[in-house]
Amino acid sequence: MTDHKLPMRAKLATSLSRGAAALSRATGRGDGSVIGGRIALMVDPNLLAELAAGREIALISGTNGKTTTTRLTAAAMGVLGDVATNSLGANMPTGHTSALAKAGATPYAVLEVDEHYLKQVLDATHPKVVALLNLSRDQLDRAKEVAMMAALWRDALPGRDLHLVANADDPMVVWAAGKAVAAGTSVTWVAAGQRFHDDSWVCPECGASIERNGEQWACVAGNLSRPVPHWTVSGDGVVDNTGTYHHIELQLPGRVNRANAATALAVAAHFGVPPAKAVPELSKVASIAGRYAVVERDGRTIRLLLSKNPAGWLEAFDMADDVPTLLSINARDPDGLDTSWLYDVDFSPLRGRRVLVTGDRAMDLAVRLEVNDVPFEHVKSFSQALTLIPPGRLEVIANYTAFQDIRAELDRVN
Amino acid sequence: MSTESRLRLIWLYPDLLSTYGDRGNLLILARRADLRGLPVECAEVRADQAVPADGDVYLIGGGEDGPQALAAQRLIADGGLRRAVDRGATIFSVCAGYQLLGNSFYAKGAKCAGLGLLDLDSDRGETRAVGELAGEVDPALGLPTLTGFENHGGRTHLGPGVRPLARVTAGIGNDGRSEGAWHGRILGTYSHGPALARNPGIADLLLRWATGMTMEPIDDRWPTRLRDERLAAVLKS
Repeated sequence: MTDHKLPMRAKLATSLSRGAAALSRATGRGDGSVIGGRIALMVDPNLLAELAAGREIALISGTNGKTTTTRLTAAAMGVLGDVATNSLGANMPTGHTSALAKAGATPYAVLEVDEHYLKQVLDATHPKVVALLNLSRDQLDRAKEVAMMAALWRDALPGRDLHLVANADDPMVVWAAGKAVAAGTSVTWVAAGQRFHDDSWVCPECGASIERNGEQWACVAGNLSRPVPHWTVSGDGVVDNTGTYHHIELQLPGRVNRANAATALAVAAHFGVPPAKAVPELSKVASIAGRYAVVERDGRTIRLLLSKNPAGWLEAFDMADDVPTLLSINARDPDGLDTSWLYDVDFSPLRGRRVLVTGDRAMDLAVRLEVNDVPFEHVKSFSQALTLIPPGRLEVIANYTAFQDIRAELDRVN
Repeated sequence: MSTESRLRLIWLYPDLLSTYGDRGNLLILARRADLRGLPVECAEVRADQAVPADGDVYLIGGGEDGPQALAAQRLIADGGLRRAVDRGATIFSVCAGYQLLGNSFYAKGAKCAGLGLLDLDSDRGETRAVGELAGEVDPALGLPTLTGFENHGGRTHLGPGVRPLARVTAGIGNDGRSEGAWHGRILGTYSHGPALARNPGIADLLLRWATGMTMEPIDDRWPTRLRDERLAAVLKS
């Protein structure tokens, strides 16, 4: 698809979108992807569908790992040709519109989709592949309950000409995909893991318990159980659906990112990208909008980890090295106003490390760590933390706006 | 306290009612008992298990409508919690757990029978109550200001058999005037999730009810700073 094939109204909307985005960036108000898309959709509500038409599209959705997996998938798909993607994490329809408008004509698009908007974006973009990563509790004061979210997905997916790539280790995802799969939708199951089990003790189908035994899980009463995965994570690599092992020199840390890489490779494979060709592209991804970025400052080597919810914190503890660690928590609008989730996280993996706490809600964190028997020091800011720790490594784990605050102090590191 | 002289803390139905960090209350009670040298035993009882009647403190957390209705049905059918109350056990209940201890509540649009352990009835409000909650606690309990975060669609009407836990100064609680309820050794609040993190005084009250012992002060520097910060934030808004 190229610009000149767009209807006049869509052309105008696209051009306005680019203009507004440029203005937003130039005035330092934002990265431009949301405002541009919002203006464009006001001028032409069908613009997303028009911009999507003619492209082969992959959608990536789930509670955690969307932005990273989208970046990895776009890198893998790049083997085939130009890929449009919302790489800045603007994951609602305004962001998709803006990303596609900005990219111009591309044969492919990889779009990160907020889990609440999956149906809407499916309707508008008719994707070829949809990746379902995981579902767990997030932003308790306003997000949908996990089971309700899974039910929305379950009803949105059937009856479409698409292929699913879904996490076999998350009962909620398997159930959410189940209706479409039962109706004949093809699926690639990836053993992408699930470290946080607290949202999947109960079968979403019948309410009976889900029993776990090693990697296996099954409802004790009904038919819901772990499907046999086609792709698995193994050591420092992944095993694909033909049984071939691919070693990946991933710069991104943690098992969860090897699982994200497996999902990205499985998605790309469905578009015809041989895993062996995509693997070197994944190795080039070093950080995503500041996530996992490593920054040198005053003789300290600082790594930034973003964690927005309990499942994300458990993954961060798996990635973090045994070095001084700064935790920062805010509870502003984008974070959710409720800090109760701190008690859904077991902070004991941090015992024995030097732990510093900061952020708007450092006191909530302080009480939580005390209850968890994790000694800590309270600091007023990221800068103060830097002055307290000796030269060397520092891990920073922060939730959304706390992460952005620290990124701003580091000159908006990417 | 039971004959083995261990304080038995029982967290009911974490598989159904644990949406908002409710585990925190169990951890906080256990820690505060431990710091007073009280031997503690914690048990988590899932909805497919029998509720033991020999616990000292029972905790019931918050959750969505479906799990709440299921939890109430199972607790009524089980009968263990009522027997425990007859023995003089202490109960701390939060949000959905608080509602289901009453005579009736609404879940998914239908009126459901509660356990009738607290004389109160809950229905749905016109708006959802989400945000900071604060109130002056019933003077009979001798506790400082209540502080918490609430997130519920219910409104609760107290009968003559209970006293309000607090008079609301910020937020909604039961109905914008009163918040929570208590009777005997049963206490309920809309201050959801890990409510005891911000209210160590309530934690110690529960321990006192359960043991009959005075709780010596402990180092509450961090909970005090958290309380001060949250109450100041409520005043500012």
